[in-house]
Amino acid sequence: MSILSVKNVNKRFAGLKALNEVNLEVEAGTVHAIIGPNGAGKSTLLNCFVGRLIPDSGSVTFDGTSLLGKAPHEINQVGVSRVFQTPEIYGDLNLLENVMIPTFARRDGAFKINAWSAVSDEHDIKAQAISSLEDVGLLDSAGVTASQLSRGDKRRLELAMCLVQKPKLLLLDEPTAGMARADTNSTIDLLKTIAETGITMMIIEHDMHVVFSLAERISVLAQGTVIVEGLPDEIKGHPKVQEAYLGGAQL
Amino acid sequence: MKWLNIDKSDRMLLVIFVLAVLFAPIIMEPIGGGYPDLLQKFAIFGVFAIGYNILFGLTGYLSFGHAAFLGVGSYTAVWTFKLLTMNVIPAIILATVMGGIFSLAIGYVALRRSGIYFSILTLAFAQMSYNLAYSVLTPITNGETGLQLRQQDARVIDGMFGVERTDALPSTDLFGLAMSGWSGYYFCGVILILMFFISLRIFRSPFGIMLRAIKSNQNRLSYTGVNTRPYTLAAFVISGMYAGLAGGLLAVTDPLAGAERMQWTASGEVVLMTILGGAGTLVGPVVGAGVIKYFENIFSAFNHGILLDAFSFLPEALQQAFATLFGLFVGEGWHLTLGALFMLIVIFLPGGLMEGVNRIKNVIRRRSSSSGPPPTTDVSVKAGE
Repeated sequence: MSILSVKNVNKRFAGLKALNEVNLEVEAGTVHAIIGPNGAGKSTLLNCFVGRLIPDSGSVTFDGTSLLGKAPHEINQVGVSRVFQTPEIYGDLNLLENVMIPTFARRDGAFKINAWSAVSDEHDIKAQAISSLEDVGLLDSAGVTASQLSRGDKRRLELAMCLVQKPKLLLLDEPTAGMARADTNSTIDLLKTIAETGITMMIIEHDMHVVFSLAERISVLAQGTVIVEGLPDEIKGHPKVQEAYLGGAQL
Repeated sequence: MKWLNIDKSDRMLLVIFVLAVLFAPIIMEPIGGGYPDLLQKFAIFGVFAIGYNILFGLTGYLSFGHAAFLGVGSYTAVWTFKLLTMNVIPAIILATVMGGIFSLAIGYVALRRSGIYFSILTLAFAQMSYNLAYSVLTPITNGETGLQLRQQDARVIDGMFGVERTDALPSTDLFGLAMSGWSGYYFCGVILILMFFISLRIFRSPFGIMLRAIKSNQNRLSYTGVNTRPYTLAAFVISGMYAGLAGGLLAVTDPLAGAERMQWTASGEVVLMTILGGAGTLVGPVVGAGVIKYFENIFSAFNHGILLDAFSFLPEALQQAFATLFGLFVGEGWHLTLGALFMLIVIFLPGGLMEGVNRIKNVIRRRSSSSGPPPTTDVSVKAGE
């Protein structure tokens, strides 16, 4: 069953056709990767899912509801969480607070003035946040201010913030961008354990090592269109893919 | 069972705060501030700054227009005195409500933008309000002269209760207790404590943590499923109500209202108070309000003669030189002292005076813990320490 269905999506920026009739189906419970050379339209496509951009035409349906024209917070509330290319966290707050905020958002919805109760009484929220921090291995630094973390740890924190919301679809925009090899490998391991819980993930990634370690299905985007889609093994040696990546250099 | 539903460390803070307000006349006596008119100003501008801090300190939205709500509060209170009763309770309630209504209208429009555009919008609205009060709405505000009480005012409620009309202008009261001198200070002091308590609860609540998330990363918050606009609007209205209340209290202690209360310099003053004391801290804004009002009243009262006395232990030539030099910074020049102090604080203590207090506290803690066991790391959710 497909959880995210993208049909004939077009997006044009002042003469440049960023997305051209994109069709995509993401099966529930799978890890789906979108790869493609620079400027292929990967990030544009992702931005169309989360409400940052509105496609010129076409449809994006998630779990039976259309995502078009919805604001980012509404899209999150139907079960889509996103990890950014540069980790977006609350730098001034400590890790526990960072993870409690999305937990509150899941319980209280998009807006609720809860000004008379104390955060220290929210034992349930705190327990969920702590268990999520434990899952990504950051529980020991729960009291640390988030801006002091290393880049890899910031990414883990952002993952914890997304996972605590128990999203139906987790969008990852280049989760290992700018990371050292060791950090990349530990992130891959972490994502593997997350994938085993049965959550649907969509990964946009440059690094083929990451893609082939995780993805169960791959779509290749080039010049705004999906040129090939298939299992990792089918993609690996596909001539069209090699052509798209700079004149057929070996992947 | 938690007492007043606040944590232990906050309880301590609240107790100290209450004691400081109650004993302010004694505490301030040695530095020449132990008289009701000044302490009243501390309390009133403390309320104003605490409210402003809920907006600026928590969400980071820098409003340059909060004096407009202060002015609205004053006008509302004076009109309540004129039309209904000289009792202060209806006046401050209506002042708070009107502050809320005005801030809802202005906030609704201004919060469509953030950053510098938001600041400029609030500034523009405040200047419009000032001009309305100064000239256009003269029938309501009495323009340049300012709104004042008159003997022949209606005072409907007072009339119903058979309050006698005398030849003198009536004075404000709380069920018969005149709101002047020390009773006036303690009335404002009790309100200040109440408002401090409310702000403490907001800081420690899930709502407060959402406001801090807006300041830290609004983008992330909206991708986390939170609609940020109503949160900022709620914070804006709460701070507007605090400002309205402060304006009402100004009218309680001195029942007249003028347009100059709404001028942009007055809006700037509350920004200075909050930053000077420590934006985003609980006590900082009150401290900042106190420091600025102290300088305004005490330093501006110094003159050449007092300085000559102060340097009388020096040889005469030096005495004259020092008195002339320091004379620049007192009297009319008290703004210079304030400016210099503000610069020093922003450069060396970007977190305001409260950052200085915390640094001293940490040094003491380190000294005392070096002999004892190391402090245990405690994971807690706290703002404004």
